[in-house]
Amino acid sequence: MNDIAITSGRMNHGVDPVLHAWTWEIPLYLYLGGLVAGILFFSAFFYLRRREDVFPTAIKTAPLFAPFMLAIGLLALFLDLTHKLYFWRLYTTIRWESPMSWGAWTLMVIFPLSIIWAAFWVKDVFPRWDWKFSFIANTVNYLARFKAYFAWALIAFSAILGMYTGILLSAFNARPFWNTSILGPLFLVSGLSTGAAFILLLSKSPAERHRFSQIDSFLIGTEIFLIIHMFMGFLASTSVHIHAAEMFLGGPYTAVFWTLVVGLGLAVPLFIEIMELRGVKVPVAIPAILVLFGGLMLRFVVVDAGQSSRWLYKFMEQLVF
Amino acid sequence: MRYAMAIDTKRCVGCADCVVACQTENNVPEGYCRDWIVEETIGAFPELQLEIRSERCNHCADSPCVRCCPTGASHYEEGGVVLVNHDECIGCKACIASCPYDARFVHPEGYVDKCTFCIHRVREGKNPACVDVCPTHAMIFGDVDDRNSDISKALRTRKYKTLIPEAGTEPHVFYLL
Repeated sequence: MNDIAITSGRMNHGVDPVLHAWTWEIPLYLYLGGLVAGILFFSAFFYLRRREDVFPTAIKTAPLFAPFMLAIGLLALFLDLTHKLYFWRLYTTIRWESPMSWGAWTLMVIFPLSIIWAAFWVKDVFPRWDWKFSFIANTVNYLARFKAYFAWALIAFSAILGMYTGILLSAFNARPFWNTSILGPLFLVSGLSTGAAFILLLSKSPAERHRFSQIDSFLIGTEIFLIIHMFMGFLASTSVHIHAAEMFLGGPYTAVFWTLVVGLGLAVPLFIEIMELRGVKVPVAIPAILVLFGGLMLRFVVVDAGQSSRWLYKFMEQLVF
Repeated sequence: MRYAMAIDTKRCVGCADCVVACQTENNVPEGYCRDWIVEETIGAFPELQLEIRSERCNHCADSPCVRCCPTGASHYEEGGVVLVNHDECIGCKACIASCPYDARFVHPEGYVDKCTFCIHRVREGKNPACVDVCPTHAMIFGDVDDRNSDISKALRTRKYKTLIPEAGTEPHVFYLL
């Protein structure tokens, strides 16, 4: 038996009894960042493959949402800061060791890129669109000459954005549940999958829907594979990592994770999409919305569970769970 | 020069004077603390062992909080002391999440706060406030690079441990056993 107590009454707000450094803002941002990464990746990728006629939603319509989603994500990030007036300090330095630093710089690049990329397609989606000011129209027309370069940059930066949202968490050795390098690829794949689902939701072309159903099914399959791998890795690791995995294998996160994330967010939409590909008529909105919902839940569960897993003072968890 | 602290678990009675001294010296806001007391009972009645520890930031040599800080607000000062520069801290809380000792918290004014080893006192040649008030002289502060310092002698002549060395941060608060 081993009984341990903090007798001087340490109850630091946000830290005790269970860490609550990050609440809704960070998972929402991680979700929107991944979703935007997915949307921009598919748009740029299929643009470079010259599929504008086949995949108009993916290339032209979906990216119009990206800057707005990213703006909401950035607002959430800003709201999370506790020393808000000093946020500009992020941009007075580059710290290579800090994922958050290169995340901040990635956003500094990809946010304007997403606005420019969306501007390229506004006139295709809204034929009567008028830029009002000729210098905006001229700038957009000028930059449009370099569309292919922008597309390549978007592919690179959307991959970085999608990966870094996971790496941001996996860099924290102190939180055993986050401390797995699988989180980077898992969040990237989940971001691409939610991006594909968003395109599915908007698309009206059967050929496009068919292709994105295929892509999404493949991505969901990969995600399930990565999740299984993640738990295998934890269970083969140290006692704190096993303890972290057990939070999902009988512990407090079991129900929410396996029903909302894996069940409703992955398995059910995968099943529906496979049925659809085999010719069964199901409204495409159902799997798409489920995937979008599952991605959001994944971020919330992972951010929350990571903060509940720890090396020291495990007895504190009993105060909560 | 490498500042460190050694805490004698055989002498510590868990009076929490160190906690109060720190709160007074550093104007720690009400409801928060930069150091705290842990009592660990090992065994089953009537065969029991009791270990009492005064815990705080471990001023790790390989600090995850310094590594993950996006602005450089968390940094090493002289002697390896880990400090937070309030004017550079944006309150992103990455360092709080990165600390396996949960030694950091958000100060009500917005920046992240933690034990400083009372560097302002150390620069004047004094001990940290917690060390000076300890009624049982359970705490030793000093330079472990100086062979003649009290802490070096204690670490040479006594067995000691650090907390969760397996977290890999090279903590510099030692517990004498």
